[in-house]
Amino acid sequence: MEVTLTVNGTAHALDVPDNMLLVEVLRERLRLTGTHVGCDTSQCGACVVHMDGRAVKSCTVLAGQADGADVTTIEGIGAPDDLHPMQAAFRECHALQCGFCTPGMIMAAIDLVNTSEQLDEQAVREGLEGNLCRCTGYHNIVRAVLAARDAM
Amino acid sequence: MSETGIGASVKRREDLRFITGAGRYTDDIDQPGQAYAVFLRSPHARAAIGSIDASAALQVPGVLAVYTGQDLAADGIGDLPCGWMVKSKDGSDMIQPPHPPIAVERVNYVGEPYGLVVAETLQAARDGAEAVAVDFDALPAVVDPASAMQGDQLYAQAPNNRCYDWELGDQAATDAAFARADHVTSLDIVNNRLIPNAMEPRAATGCFDAASGDYTLYTTSQNPHLARLVMAAFVQVAPESKLRVVSPDVGGGFGSKIFVYAEETAVTWAAGKLRRPVKWRAERAESFLADAHGRDHVTKAELALAADGEMLGLRVSTIANMGAYLSTFASSVPTYLYGTLLAGQYKTPAVYVGVQAVFTNTSPVDAYRGAGRPEATYVVERLVETAARELKMDPTALRRRNFIQPADFPYETPVALVYDTGDYEASLNRALEHVDYAGFAARRDAAQARGKRRGIGFSCYIEACGLAPSQVALSLGAGVGLFESAEVRVNVTGSVTVITGAHSHGQGHETTFAQIVSERLGIPFDSVEVAHGDTSRGDYGLGTYGSRSLAVGGSAIVKASDKIIAKGKKIVAHAFETTDEQIDFTEGVFAERDSNRSMTFGEVAFAAYVPANFPLDELEPGLSEKAFYDPGNFTYPAGAHVCEVEVDAETGVLEIVKFVAVDDFGHVINPMIVAGQVHGGLCQGIGQALCEHGVYDASGQLVTGSFLDYCMPRADDVPSFVVDTTVTPCTHNPLGVKGCGEAGAIGATAAVMNAVTDALGVKELAMPARSEVVWRALSAA
Ligand code: FES
Ligand code: FES
Repeated sequence: MEVTLTVNGTAHALDVPDNMLLVEVLRERLRLTGTHVGCDTSQCGACVVHMDGRAVKSCTVLAGQADGADVTTIEGIGAPDDLHPMQAAFRECHALQCGFCTPGMIMAAIDLVNTSEQLDEQAVREGLEGNLCRCTGYHNIVRAVLAARDAM
Repeated sequence: MSETGIGASVKRREDLRFITGAGRYTDDIDQPGQAYAVFLRSPHARAAIGSIDASAALQVPGVLAVYTGQDLAADGIGDLPCGWMVKSKDGSDMIQPPHPPIAVERVNYVGEPYGLVVAETLQAARDGAEAVAVDFDALPAVVDPASAMQGDQLYAQAPNNRCYDWELGDQAATDAAFARADHVTSLDIVNNRLIPNAMEPRAATGCFDAASGDYTLYTTSQNPHLARLVMAAFVQVAPESKLRVVSPDVGGGFGSKIFVYAEETAVTWAAGKLRRPVKWRAERAESFLADAHGRDHVTKAELALAADGEMLGLRVSTIANMGAYLSTFASSVPTYLYGTLLAGQYKTPAVYVGVQAVFTNTSPVDAYRGAGRPEATYVVERLVETAARELKMDPTALRRRNFIQPADFPYETPVALVYDTGDYEASLNRALEHVDYAGFAARRDAAQARGKRRGIGFSCYIEACGLAPSQVALSLGAGVGLFESAEVRVNVTGSVTVITGAHSHGQGHETTFAQIVSERLGIPFDSVEVAHGDTSRGDYGLGTYGSRSLAVGGSAIVKASDKIIAKGKKIVAHAFETTDEQIDFTEGVFAERDSNRSMTFGEVAFAAYVPANFPLDELEPGLSEKAFYDPGNFTYPAGAHVCEVEVDAETGVLEIVKFVAVDDFGHVINPMIVAGQVHGGLCQGIGQALCEHGVYDASGQLVTGSFLDYCMPRADDVPSFVVDTTVTPCTHNPLGVKGCGEAGAIGATAAVMNAVTDALGVKELAMPARSEVVWRALSAA
């Protein structure tokens, strides 16, 4: 099937199999490998990207469902010399170790800050419930999100 | 202290690529012309493999080949070995059943590979795998470790399904201690099976270059050199000189990526057969089945005490589940990494432990963060806490009564270790301050008024890290030395490339090791690069596990750096026409004593590569040095963890309200990174106590085979932690460091369970203490 979508500001028209997932489009077709796959049951959040401004697990979205959508991935939110405040906070607070959960975690956290009126530690912990990290024990991730909340 | 030197919380240089999505993990790397592999996995816990009919699969468009265990065997592919020979107490060797990478005659656990399909696309490989028809003759499975010795015999060479019957300690002295004890505390303990679940699933791409005959394997390994050694020497895929193993960015390991598995072996072999790259990436469901699991002990433990709380003897009997085969280091975990730690922080004069390792039809069990030491800590610290309750003593007072004191070091334990240094009361005191122990009674009463039961629990753990003195390890059955390699290459312009045999998969070595070298050589942090994870770049090294990278790998880097300084002095002495004894080196400057002549590090580097009239038989050009560091002893990180929980008396819902960890890691290079390591370990230790459990049903099916069924700790399951350190420097390595990677997972579990049992007023409670378990205990009380 034919799918058109905008990814990180660039328009793409792609011919994809009906059962292709958005995460596969990103990783395999567009070679945007910053978005990761950590599970097969939609439980880990390693694949979170923004679709029309909201966080989605890209392993649960079919390419066809993203037709016409505006998608932003970790590669699209900041550059090494111009980091998004959430990226900067993750580095500043040592909120990553192996880095595998990090892109999904950052994309989910940006959405959480954008959509929350009041964000305290408990709300951050509950808000990131859909994202697994095996390395950090979440302690510094929570700190980073609270720091970015103030900077965003 | 400089801003980037030893002791500074330097921000990690690896972060920039990870936070921008530019990390390069194995699955991110594609090869031109690559094919895709899907493994055929046993649906049975135990079965004889009948005929395998691949004809339909080979008709699926895009399928290139279907390989079975027969094909690998016919091609001379050998077994996956276990690298540590443990001997039973009667002197006999442990039993190692044959472990072909791809099963040939029988499958022995659900998920065991019995073949692979390689195709042009992943989808075609999957379709091909669906089309393979196999006749299995299912056999009764042995699943439960406690009764495995009475079950159907799984291997002809292993009567009673026993791998070994090992012991350590003086049994007669220990029995005598029990005979004169005033009090004996005993516990039946199950250390629950855990599934490691690094967030990056394992992946491997095998490549073959027909022109040179060289193989390259990209893989998610914690120790690429060891993978190469095993694949060359035992599995015999290719000679070591023809095999390069690259382990790029790796998304966490926790032990599970130490081992050499079927999949990387098979794709490398298949790449040679098909003469094109073959890629495989685990689905999470495969990770659950095909990554080695952790823990899984069934233990009876007894502590003998005098009426005043003096600990007289400890007697432990453990059944350790090895799963269906011996994974790479499996045999060492419940023996030399477990029995040896049972003295804990205490002067218990007599300790005896017996361990029977058994085979079952479950996934192989091997090292998982802490590996043996969490199990030992759990035994000792649950016993000590329970004894204090039974003797009506304060649990901290009972511990103090028995602590090995600073004046006692070096201290030889009754279970074969010599602790070099420590100050256990210092860590405990600091932890009690942080947790406000004095205020606990008031907090408990306040909780009571809110309908909550509040409990406190302690865990004063010790671990043996910095694996390992090769001589000791080899004498105990290890098949490899456990030194580490380092190379410090000074480039012509004075920048430095450090190549380490250790491997970073979250630990931040690119930052920490650069801090060490920059301080040692007095050069800017930014001019030091750290390379790792590619067997073609550096010398044979042993990789990262057992909290060894800094204590062993870091020491090797120091050694190589010191050789650079020594060579630099020679170069300067030559330039100044003096002797190298006359040259001092401080903060990046080589200066002649009693003169005003000096050369900077950069000038010396340049001189080394522009060797104006060097006396070539005394002084070679170049400035590049290697070192292999073999430690003199283990290191002994130790600490005190304190946990406070509240349990809702109505619902059984449990919350950790405080968690304090005070650890003694010796000197700390980067406090920020060390705290992060502790946080992660604590979360895994808490996960074991409160939610994680790998469960098989009676037929050997893994019931907890996805994140829906296997409860991983999530952000709202754990609290923020208070972490702090005390310091007694390690006495036998040049940095005075001990290692910090596993402490959290080692100490936390017992602290949590001690707190939960305190809150509930029960002696024993099975892990994981989920709300339902807690609620049942409340109802029974
Ligand atoms: S890959 Fe795990 S939720 Fe999408
Ligand atoms: S940083 Fe490794 S999984 Fe989160």
